Amino acid sequence: MEDTNLKTQVLIIGGGATGTGIARDLSLRGVSCILVEKKDINAGASGANHGLLHSGARYVFNDPESAKECRDENRLLKQLAPDCIENTGGLFVAVEGDDEKFVADFQPHCDKIDLPCKPVDVKTAKDMEPALSDKTIAVFEVEDGSIDPFKLVLANITDAQKLGCKFFRHMKVTGFTKQGARITGVDLFNKNTGERKTIEADMVVNATGAWVGDVAKLAGANIDVIYSKGTLLITHTRITDRVVNRLRPPSDADILVPGGTVSIIGTTSLRMETLDEIRPTVSEVDRLVEEGASMLPVLDTIRYIRAYSGVRPLLGSGKKGDDRSVTRGFDLIDHARDGIENFVTITGGKLTTFRLMAEKTSDLVCLKLGVSTPCQTRRIPIISAYETRWTVPGFSPKQWVGGHEIDDMLLCECEMVPQSAIEEITGYFDIFKKQADLKGIGKRSRIGKGSCQGSFCSVRIAAYLYDRGAATANAGVGNIKEFINERWKGQRCLLWDTPMVQVELEEAMHCGLFGLELNA
Amino acid sequence: MADLQTIKSELAIIGTGFAGIAAAVFASRNGITTSQIGVSGGILYASGYFDLMGVHPVKEQKVWNNPWDAIDALIKDVPLHPYARLSKADIRESMDQFVGFLNETGLPYKKEDDRNVSVITPIGTVKPTYCVPASMWNGVAALLDERPMLIVDFWGLKGFSAMQITEMLTQNGRANLRAVRIPFPSVDLSTDLFPERMAWSMEVEENIVKLADEIRPHLNGAQVIGLPAILGIHRTETIMSGLKDLLGCDIFEIPTIPPSITGLRIKEKAETTLPQRGVHLFSQKRVVSVKSGKNGGFVLDVGDRATGEPEHRIEADGVILASGRFLGMGLHAGRKNIQETLFDLTVFQPGDRSDWHQKDFFDSRGHEINQAGIEIDETFRPVGIDGKPVFDNLFAAGSILAHQDWIRQKCGAGLAVSTAYAAVRSFMKQVKNR
Repeated sequence: MEDTNLKTQVLIIGGGATGTGIARDLSLRGVSCILVEKKDINAGASGANHGLLHSGARYVFNDPESAKECRDENRLLKQLAPDCIENTGGLFVAVEGDDEKFVADFQPHCDKIDLPCKPVDVKTAKDMEPALSDKTIAVFEVEDGSIDPFKLVLANITDAQKLGCKFFRHMKVTGFTKQGARITGVDLFNKNTGERKTIEADMVVNATGAWVGDVAKLAGANIDVIYSKGTLLITHTRITDRVVNRLRPPSDADILVPGGTVSIIGTTSLRMETLDEIRPTVSEVDRLVEEGASMLPVLDTIRYIRAYSGVRPLLGSGKKGDDRSVTRGFDLIDHARDGIENFVTITGGKLTTFRLMAEKTSDLVCLKLGVSTPCQTRRIPIISAYETRWTVPGFSPKQWVGGHEIDDMLLCECEMVPQSAIEEITGYFDIFKKQADLKGIGKRSRIGKGSCQGSFCSVRIAAYLYDRGAATANAGVGNIKEFINERWKGQRCLLWDTPMVQVELEEAMHCGLFGLELNA
Repeated sequence: MADLQTIKSELAIIGTGFAGIAAAVFASRNGITTSQIGVSGGILYASGYFDLMGVHPVKEQKVWNNPWDAIDALIKDVPLHPYARLSKADIRESMDQFVGFLNETGLPYKKEDDRNVSVITPIGTVKPTYCVPASMWNGVAALLDERPMLIVDFWGLKGFSAMQITEMLTQNGRANLRAVRIPFPSVDLSTDLFPERMAWSMEVEENIVKLADEIRPHLNGAQVIGLPAILGIHRTETIMSGLKDLLGCDIFEIPTIPPSITGLRIKEKAETTLPQRGVHLFSQKRVVSVKSGKNGGFVLDVGDRATGEPEHRIEADGVILASGRFLGMGLHAGRKNIQETLFDLTVFQPGDRSDWHQKDFFDSRGHEINQAGIEIDETFRPVGIDGKPVFDNLFAAGSILAHQDWIRQKCGAGLAVSTAYAAVRSFMKQVKNR
């Protein structure tokens, strides 16, 4: 059992790309830190985006500063985290009916900030990417890539843990204790286990994405956040080699990002009042399919395996117009402005610039702590590529086909995840004295992400957890229910053709036979 | 096309799932010349447990001990449920005849006439059901008594954990449980085992002795033993009594996760026995097109399941449509609506795709899409939007019918068997004896 009361130099709240990036940055500077997360890694926008490593070209019109940041971070990350990135290259594509003036202005805008961009004639582009519409009128090539946000974030936190950082999942901040202008303690609660903890820290970092306003409020500070929901769809097979962007002002279904064996089309943009209903809707799904098909006609007929939604936290008062055109730069807030000396919030930004956001935040934190060690993350590559390899789509099948122990067996047959992988991943839970659970294993591997969406592998892996003693009493079966419901969020709006067949089988099995709807 | 060989039969049954098999059983009993066409998909996923009626109202999750009382309550509350078109005597008679058929084929079933029993599922939960394969019947009693019980599983059989089942049953109040994992006889320790292969292997006499030898050292006073359902395909009774003699314990099977051997046993019995009783079975084929024939009958072209290439032509006086829901491909979900795939029948359905499913997969109300399906008149003929039968000689049975939720109501087998019974009876009355 961990201590109930802990002391550290820096407490980081939020297990997304930014929070884990800060944990790694500070750990590399020799600053002790603890990261707490109310769910598990990538529970918010970090796990619900395109996985696009921006070239910057998307921002050349509205936000050249962001474009430059993307340009630089893109190059840096390709060197520092090559195992998390697929260097696909990208295209910007306009189709009949798109604004020709916008098309004509694109290259000059890129040139202005030295952003590599070269025109490709339409016929060549069709050879490069046969899925492009016959109505394509202009194509430019840029340096986009795709990034695996799960591998990236896991690798960041694993690097940090190796350097001594502690990571607590399922710990929600319930309150702050203050003395004068300083936070002296942060209270945490685990609703699964009922465990409570208080952590004393010299500095507290709020890196909770869309939830920064809620957390700041608990500390007595105020941040106005606008919530903009974006929905994305994952296709059953990969459609293109490269990232494909629609060359027009930001709108729905503008970006298709390939990753391993799948492609992701998105997004939509919908202003939300609260964070209670962050899930895809049927109308968003239909909109993505119809709009995406004008750039890539196959999107009209292809099988989809999952829909998901994330929230873009946007700061500032609600402007009119599309939320996607609000600046995608980031905000670093020193809450000394609210009379709290040792509390900072970092929000906004995007996956591509997570490292830079972590660097700037850590710089501020170190300044306040009086630590003078400079940032190391510009030159030290990510080292935890091995432990995190199971998240990569297509890795496991390749591994399995390449050869495996004769007594190994596939627990997830869709994504070909063997028992040995599950053993290894549960082993990492053991090392850090954590209880392995299905959702946690899901975050660290590809289980449940194939066509059956967890119907079968959830049962097989729960059985494995019982055999191993990692699940007792009702816990493993409860895990199955939670896991199935988590996958369900992403299936519910996509149930036509084959997925409907799959879901009927799933319900017949989990409710008809197992009676799980009747068992708590 | 013209050179397709034509087969004439009085009745064509479309579907080889539960309802299709039951319809073929009843048709052959009534001396109807019958053709049956279908791809056996869903039946392979059957657990072997036959549900008659277990839960009503679904929303309140009220579990009934007496299925007949549950049916009374259901009919009162849901007058459009297919059960409401039948008398309880008919439902009982249909179940008895169907179970009688399985008994004759050597796949015995057991039940208490007027009450549901509790059975163990592959994940260790306990569910109510009506009629149980004889190979699983000892588990019903063992769940309620306190005899020392041993649950056995095997190295290499994934998704079946004796440890999990004992943990779960302990939660359910059953004491005196132990779990053991053993190697499966005659198989290299290091092999991913599949229930079907294990079951075939158990058909070999010497493997029964070897299995008993593996279990014996772990008995430690156990009086009843639960094993995954792998005890043979055809000779389960013999294998089990052999094990009982060798170990001196009561034995029972627990279904494995689908596709379980229990479904395969039903399929094997149906496919070998029904043709002997005069049913012309087009197995692993599908109906690729249907049109009206000369004398008011139907002409069905039957072809390859994958290519749809027609291979046979059937002329039938009447048809029973038992093609199932989405898994059986009787219904097809598009992005906008649900369609019936062969006759383009009117499908009762929710208005919009966003109404099809609840936000919580396990929502106690069930999913609205499961109420969708074919509406029928009192003689099980599909009706159009005007409420009138579309054809005089087309009948529907099984899960394709609207206004039921067999998964949540726990009435799958009863629904399939009793509606098949009613459809065959209506065919007799309205087509054969016309």
